[in-house]
Amino acid sequence: MLNVTVDTFEKEVLQSELPVVVDFWATWCGPCKMFGPILEDFAKSAEGKVKVCKVDIDEQMPLARQYDIMSVPTVLVFKNGMLVNSSVGVITKAQLAELADVAL
Amino acid sequence: MKIYDTLIIGSGPAGLAAAVYASRAMLDFAVIEQAAVSGGQMMNTSEIDNYPGFASADGFSLSAKMREHAESLGAGFITDHIQEVKRQEQNFLLIGEQGEYLTKTVIAASGARHRKLGVAGEDRLAGKGVSYCATCDGAFFRGRTVAVVGGGNTAAEDALYLANLCEKVYLVHRRDNLRAGRALAERVLNNPKIQPVWNSQVLEIDGENRVERILLNTEEELILDGVFIAVGVRPNSEWIPSTVSKDEGGFIKADETGVTSVPGFFAAGDLRTKKLRQIITAASDGANAVASVEHFLQIRR
Repeated sequence: MLNVTVDTFEKEVLQSELPVVVDFWATWCGPCKMFGPILEDFAKSAEGKVKVCKVDIDEQMPLARQYDIMSVPTVLVFKNGMLVNSSVGVITKAQLAELADVAL
Repeated sequence: MKIYDTLIIGSGPAGLAAAVYASRAMLDFAVIEQAAVSGGQMMNTSEIDNYPGFASADGFSLSAKMREHAESLGAGFITDHIQEVKRQEQNFLLIGEQGEYLTKTVIAASGARHRKLGVAGEDRLAGKGVSYCATCDGAFFRGRTVAVVGGGNTAAEDALYLANLCEKVYLVHRRDNLRAGRALAERVLNNPKIQPVWNSQVLEIDGENRVERILLNTEEELILDGVFIAVGVRPNSEWIPSTVSKDEGGFIKADETGVTSVPGFFAAGDLRTKKLRQIITAASDGANAVASVEHFLQIRR
């Protein structure tokens, strides 16, 4: 899975042709560890339609601040550089698909 | 279709203990879990001080150890989300998002999740200062002022965890003493950063784009940056068939044997009616449920 940084966010997320699902997570967050495999599973099934990436909030604090992240995991959905949907907490693969659907 | 002796639904401490016991009982079984990472609510816990043999474990490591233990004995894990249970002759047909499974018995160990307060502003400000997981979100409130709502063990643990990070922690409780265990309660009451707010209920969580204040039924208003809600759990029992008796809170009626109103359908862990919901009581339930499964299969044979 693609790890996005402050330097690559513009290119990988905002300028992406495909809609992008971004998971803001932290190494010390239990539910984030639980959510990881769900996200990967979703990424596989949505390949070619949705791009999926992760942001480690400790390493990329400015991004977390910019998007006002106050809870992990938080999932943001971008389309054409615009934030179009979001969700807080662990969600199922089906809920993730529903969340990304808005951008398709 | 293959017929299992038992299927364990859930991989928190109840499900993982059941997996260990089912392996040793040489049952043909599998654990069905929603995500390929075990632990359930343990994953939200930074510090576990009351599981014998692990003086200061964190939730993630203890979960991983329990899972490794079950795997080392040969337990199989299936990732699926069970939606419905049907009777098929003598067996149970479990219908998941990914597949269907046939089994002679079921050990329901799908646990519980946090309860909401049910007040204005709670949903709107979720992730914007409203949190149900102190260990996940505490770091965002370093040096700030927060409130913990609740008076049980989780509320007390959350308050202590947050007191390490925050400038000030209000502990808002509807009674005038804590339900939490005594040692824990004393640590809370002796912590200079924690200010109990007794006999108070939250009426509203307010703020424009993020939490700014909470209003209490005492007409008091607390100015703060975050609210951590720890007012107990509700059972993950949506998938449980209606023939299985539950109490008014949705918990499955069962004693420590795990026997429910439906023969062959057993309940273990936080999902069943019980006084003390702890990792050790969940693990104990897992062991008991397997003994009940064995007994049931023997009689049926």
